Amino acid sequence: MHGLNFDIAHLLAGSLVLISLVMLYQDRLPALINIYAFHALFLSLSVAWQAHINNAPHLYITAAIALLFKAIFIPLALHRMIVRLGIHREIEAVASVGPTMLAGIGLVGLSLSVMLRVTTDADLLAREDVAFALSVLLIGLLIMVTRRNAVSQVIGFMSLENGLVLAATGAKGMPLVVEISVAFSVLIAFIVIGIFLFRIRERFDTVDVHALDRFRGERR
Amino acid sequence: MNLLLANNVTLVLVIPAIAAALLAALPSYRTSARLNVAASFATFLAALTLFLRHPPPDTYFLIDDLNIVFIVLNTFVGFTTSVFSASYIAHELETGRLTPVYLRFYHATYQVMMFGMNLALLVNNIGLMWVAIELATLATVLMVGIYRTHEALEAAWKYFILASVGIAFALFGTILVYMSALPVLGEGLQGMTWTVLVTRVAAFDPALLSVAFVFLFLGYGTKVGLAPLHAWLPDAHAEGPTPISAVLSGLLLNVALYAILRFKMLMALNIRTIAPGPLMVTIGLVSLIFAAFMLYRRRDIKRLFAYSSIEHMGIIVFAFGMGGPLANFAGLLQMTMHSLTKSAIFFTVGHVAQVKGTQKIADIRGLTESHPMLGWSLLLGIFAIAGMPPLGIFMSEFLVVSSTFARAPFLAVALVFGLLLAFGALLLRGQGFAFGEAAGARTRSHASYVPIMAHLALVAIAGIYLPGLLVAWFQHVARMLG
Repeated sequence: MHGLNFDIAHLLAGSLVLISLVMLYQDRLPALINIYAFHALFLSLSVAWQAHINNAPHLYITAAIALLFKAIFIPLALHRMIVRLGIHREIEAVASVGPTMLAGIGLVGLSLSVMLRVTTDADLLAREDVAFALSVLLIGLLIMVTRRNAVSQVIGFMSLENGLVLAATGAKGMPLVVEISVAFSVLIAFIVIGIFLFRIRERFDTVDVHALDRFRGERR
Repeated sequence: MNLLLANNVTLVLVIPAIAAALLAALPSYRTSARLNVAASFATFLAALTLFLRHPPPDTYFLIDDLNIVFIVLNTFVGFTTSVFSASYIAHELETGRLTPVYLRFYHATYQVMMFGMNLALLVNNIGLMWVAIELATLATVLMVGIYRTHEALEAAWKYFILASVGIAFALFGTILVYMSALPVLGEGLQGMTWTVLVTRVAAFDPALLSVAFVFLFLGYGTKVGLAPLHAWLPDAHAEGPTPISAVLSGLLLNVALYAILRFKMLMALNIRTIAPGPLMVTIGLVSLIFAAFMLYRRRDIKRLFAYSSIEHMGIIVFAFGMGGPLANFAGLLQMTMHSLTKSAIFFTVGHVAQVKGTQKIADIRGLTESHPMLGWSLLLGIFAIAGMPPLGIFMSEFLVVSSTFARAPFLAVALVFGLLLAFGALLLRGQGFAFGEAAGARTRSHASYVPIMAHLALVAIAGIYLPGLLVAWFQHVARMLG
């Protein structure tokens, strides 16, 4: 029975990595937002499963936050926002798919080889979780650096935060304070970003962050 | 009175929290500027009482000789900056760059930021410390973007993204520390409590702890502004209101540095982990030399001093990376002197930019002729920050160099090279600001010279005479840092 519990946890955490890789090659914003919703859904399932097998009922709260806030509310809000900004049909010029995917796979390999090697003492499930979490975190970073659009950078950042939640729930009995704070920080991050997006739009009629690069104190 | 002293720790936190709520509710900007000053002063006084008496560490708070230094410095510069800010924003209102509505927001956020920083310095829990630093960062992001100009938005966005990535790495490192504590300490809060971690760290898994430190160093290092991760710093300093540049350079960088130092102390107690020293020395040296070169190419006065902050944080991290009582002492002294000097420079630069109506270096000339007070203070500040004897930074830089020469002469050569480069760049620019034919507007300034003079006087005195009590205190802390 323990074997099955472990396999399901492994499957769910592994799916997160897979969905992160899928996010990497989305060049349309609505699709990217939908995939992000899936990412959050699987995070929520994974956390709920951890709560179940580890008998840690407080993790259900984290799972509920991930489901309601990250998988439903934020994607809906982002969909509305991109329609209002008129960028929902734009195709984003990402770096070509091949090299990006290779880089993503390389990052997964790197994080697995680093984390599995240093966590030999830890609980088997925690090892897997933290290795997958690092993969999700690094792919989130990669999404952020390969995008030019502010909205997709935000999505990259939120997928990165999902990786952090996965790591935090994987570490057994980590105090609740931290989980709530992680969820809370996402909330704050979203508000802050939302404000900025509106301001960017209000001033420049674009959310392409390259438009922000025009001015530097160094250039005349 | 007894009750007050017993609770002086909570007082340091409660005053900014209450003040933030009050300031958010007060519509009049004159009252709120005064309240901001009063609250910051009260926090400073409360922090001073920590010297006299502080409670033993409990589950939530840890006050020892190390963080008292940080807290007192933090609240002092917080207080003087609030005085400067009161005269600065009056001018910003006149010129219409800020509206009263924004000022209300500005003052409330200022106190939220102070609360976040004080909390980060006081808590006895690595998770809560992370939350507090995150809170302070978000507050400063909002402040950097407050002018809502093109440049301010770019700066705030960049700052937000880079700081968030840094803070994400720091959280991952924090989780790894907890995981390495798990087999030894079991589940629950004790796995995140400093005082417990310190006693049991020798039994933790060294490999996991080493990886954790790398993440923590990268994460909090982003906030310190170390070289490959510094890109947010010049923009955030240049485009935000000048009081925020002063607290960013003078305080927030220190708070992130404090986190790194705490984790370094933890690592030192487990001899089988990687040594944090070489990592810190390398990154510190890279930051110093890189920033020193960059100083020559600046065209914006606030960016110039932002790069100088990167340079100084590089020196400080280098000193702590070398370790040992002398280098640690030098690092502590350098940190204190840098906070005082850099915030004084930003106070002056804020007024200079206001009277000249520009931040462009080329348009700021002959200040000693048009605005003697501002010109000479700026020049004195530049002398101090460049490390001219007999001012305070000369002494700390001298200590860093001499302690390095004794142990690693090659590193010392590189260090001296960086210091001389920066020295040249700063004096070159300083000369341009201060002398020559006065350019630009000759508007009278309504500057408040008290904070500038107070800081520069402290730096000048420290260069000549350090009180025995302070020396003993720093020596003790330097030994603690190992």
